[in-house]
Amino acid sequence: MRRRAVSTGFAALVLVLAAGGCQREERQTRLDPPIAAALDGVALMPDRISGAPPAVYVALGKPYERNAFNLAEGKRLYGWFGCAACHGEGEGGKGPAFLDGWWAYGPSMVSIVSSIRDGRPHGMPPFRDKMTTEQIWQLAGYVQTIGAYSAKTAAPGRSDAKQRRPAENRAPAALLFDPGPTPLHPDQGPEP
Amino acid sequence: MRRVQRAVALALAVGLAGCSGWQSALDPHGTDAARLAGLMWFVMATCAAVWVLVVLTLAPALWRRRAPRPDPLALDAPRERRMRAVIAGAVGATVVVISVFTLTSFVTTRGLGVTGSDEPTIRVRGRQWWWEVEYLDRDPARAFKTANEIHVPVGRPVRLRLEGDDVIHSFWVPSLAGKQDMIPGRTNELVIRAERPGLYRGQCAEFCGIQHAHMAFLVVAEDEVAYARWLEIQRSDAAPPSGPEQEAGRAAFLSRQCAACHTVRGTPAAGTTGPDLTHVGSRRTIGAGLLDTTRGAMAAWIADPQTLKPGNNMPLVPLDADALRDISAYLVGLE
Repeated sequence: MRRRAVSTGFAALVLVLAAGGCQREERQTRLDPPIAAALDGVALMPDRISGAPPAVYVALGKPYERNAFNLAEGKRLYGWFGCAACHGEGEGGKGPAFLDGWWAYGPSMVSIVSSIRDGRPHGMPPFRDKMTTEQIWQLAGYVQTIGAYSAKTAAPGRSDAKQRRPAENRAPAALLFDPGPTPLHPDQGPEP
Repeated sequence: MRRVQRAVALALAVGLAGCSGWQSALDPHGTDAARLAGLMWFVMATCAAVWVLVVLTLAPALWRRRAPRPDPLALDAPRERRMRAVIAGAVGATVVVISVFTLTSFVTTRGLGVTGSDEPTIRVRGRQWWWEVEYLDRDPARAFKTANEIHVPVGRPVRLRLEGDDVIHSFWVPSLAGKQDMIPGRTNELVIRAERPGLYRGQCAEFCGIQHAHMAFLVVAEDEVAYARWLEIQRSDAAPPSGPEQEAGRAAFLSRQCAACHTVRGTPAAGTTGPDLTHVGSRRTIGAGLLDTTRGAMAAWIADPQTLKPGNNMPLVPLDADALRDISAYLVGLE
């Protein structure tokens, strides 16, 4: 009798643990207007490079850097808003490259958000009127992955089209600048 | 008891109701669909008859009691011969039934999609998650594009050139014809011929991504006069705005991002990523069968496409209330 109770309990535990795996990552399709307004308040340093993110962003748990849904949305926005026309798939073109990891305004979210929202000298247009605040943050989170030195745990979905650069969670910049010892089979990588 | 009978009758009625309607292979309104339905019923009836015969043969075998035999291994020659004849007969019957099925299926499918040479040709491209419809013409100036709604003349075959744009889709109007895949880089052909005027619903039949379920379209079968009139209207450029609200909507449409993806013929808007909106107000639905075309639905769609159809390729564009009202009035007025 006791044995049966133990095995029943064990089965229930396994079920509960398995059901825990069903929980999906949170996706929010639209922000509450007050949160969106608060997210808009990025404080830049006087030289307009880096600065402090709004308090609400930290309180939310930095969703635009850590949430795969937001990163995937950012990837879609990158295509929709024609970023590739100047920046290519990160290799640059008319605009600066992202893949090399040498960014004129640094890799912090605040800088990237500000670059997209307000534009930058020498040709980067402002997208303030064309995108919502959360779209700007989603796009910034994705752009940050392109030249990142260390990989994020979350990654956007794979492209349907042929991907011409390393996957977003492979920390391409670190590989570019620190290739490490020459591999035994150079044709098999690690090449960015 | 009567309650049980009533419940069974109700369940049957509900179940059978699913067999008719505007999207059902069991309620064919097209030549090919009728032939396919005939083939299906023939196979079904034959298989049902075979099943009944098998069960009728099995029943006595299960019921009958064997007489005790002194030596179970002893051969009973006449009995063996009888059994051999029965088994040979059953195998022979199976071969005949399967051969007849194969032959009928071959003949039926060979007779599908037979056309003349000057039928209307329509190119349909499956895209994530809507249908681009292009009416081709020998004179390129008379060709035009529309989306998610295909008009065909009743009683005439129409040739469809099916292509996939991004991933594999499948074109399926159960009431008119069988399925045909739309594969990127390849052109498949399908001929449909509606026998009765009406509205037939079609759907993508190959899983193509998150909004596969919301990738529907309508086939409108109408008589020659109505079809010709519809063609003339669709060929023409968009109607000019009919009032100040529509006028403001047109200006907002052209100055915001809309024109980057959508075409409205007769205006500078010439994007090709999204559906052609030249006559969007004349279509019955928006969002590939998602919502009826009303002004409210149009405004709701533009205000937040990602909530209505999550994952689709139209981004939310921040518009103030006035711009949203004007643009929705302008688009619904494009008939």
